[in-house]
Amino acid sequence: MLAKRIIPCLDIKNGRTVKGVNFLNLRDAGDPVALAKQYAENGADELVFLDISATLESRSTTIDMVRNVAEHIDIPFTVGGGVSTKDGVELLLKSGADKVGVNSAAIKRPELVNELSKAFGNQCIVVAIDAKQVDGKWLVHLAGGTIPTDLDLFEWAKEVETRGAGEILFTSMNNDGVKTGFANSALAQLSETVNIPIIASGGAGTIQHFVDVFTEGKADAALAASVFHFGEIAINDLKQELQSNKINIRL
Amino acid sequence: MNVIIIDYGAGNIQSIQFAFQRLGINAKLSNSIEEILSADKVIFPGVGEASQAMQMLKKSKLDLIIPTLKQDVLGICLGMQLLCKHTEEGNTKGLGVFDVDVKRFSSAVKVPHMGWNTIQNLQSGLLKNIPEESYMYSVHSYYASIGKQTIARSQYDLEFSAALQSDNFYGVQFHPEKSSKDGAQLLQNFLNL
Repeated sequence: MLAKRIIPCLDIKNGRTVKGVNFLNLRDAGDPVALAKQYAENGADELVFLDISATLESRSTTIDMVRNVAEHIDIPFTVGGGVSTKDGVELLLKSGADKVGVNSAAIKRPELVNELSKAFGNQCIVVAIDAKQVDGKWLVHLAGGTIPTDLDLFEWAKEVETRGAGEILFTSMNNDGVKTGFANSALAQLSETVNIPIIASGGAGTIQHFVDVFTEGKADAALAASVFHFGEIAINDLKQELQSNKINIRL
Repeated sequence: MNVIIIDYGAGNIQSIQFAFQRLGINAKLSNSIEEILSADKVIFPGVGEASQAMQMLKKSKLDLIIPTLKQDVLGICLGMQLLCKHTEEGNTKGLGVFDVDVKRFSSAVKVPHMGWNTIQNLQSGLLKNIPEESYMYSVHSYYASIGKQTIARSQYDLEFSAALQSDNFYGVQFHPEKSSKDGAQLLQNFLNL
């Protein structure tokens, strides 16, 4: 039976891991390769690296780091942040990334999703969507969540699925960094809207939040950063608890 | 040991090379027919979409060479699917080593099938020392049906072949290079065959 996935997210800036509270106010949480290896050994199912400097400051994602991670860990990982061209994606995949996340570049030029899935297969194209609920409507945001657009989360998700996305990584900006739980009703609606896997992001604070995101939120995978980086939740403990809640996970 | 990973296009084959490196084996990427023929073991990885991958194989005449190989061959993911009779992806004729067809998962489930799933009914030296119900990492939208050559099964939408074997040809739908310790065990088993 297919297991629900637990995905630590490593936000990368200048080759170091950081985690923003509501995307700002960065705190250093270590060396990405060492963290990746530790997470793989502790039962993480997958990893996501987001180069947050790439979008905010136009820095390219570090290929060396990707190669280094691929060399040392034996679970899949996704790299995103500032990815905007086919050549850029090819370089990441050739360096050992299993999947590549695109976000702002897909909003600016949606055909990019078609081009990438045609060239590399939809299985390795993750479309990351940052959205914020404003007056009851979920609006997609650009550039690390700093610029609002008119795009509706659910319409955009449907569009990227049609264009060839293999997976959606949805970050609720209302929930991100505040540790009060995931955006479960939006997540459940997203799962009904599209027929590709959904990674839930933003809001993890307790083990119960993970139980809720898989039951109420119907997510296929749950992503978190600070609760893992600062040791507030150990992945082994989390998985034991999920299993005792009858959620299928890999132990 | 001389291990060749067939390099016939873009995609993440670097990870397979790294996985062998972790086992102390320096596997080489190559599309040279001469090098492939003289290898002790051959890895046939999967990249991208089936019909395009088959075109790339034909361009380098690898479609004629691969089915004639006498050494142990391991097809991974799309590599395994291309060794089957036919795949619905791009309506592509396969190399016909495995006597099953490849079909698309129905829309009753999320497609692609992505993540860690269990494997059952393990029946080959390739799967030695890997417990029943072990989790392996997969990502695919098409599956190989169950047949006489099925040596491991998995369940998603329906029961399908997680691994196949025909004499010296082996195929796995999942990614052993990304499946942690059990995946590494499988690659070690392949080297030991």
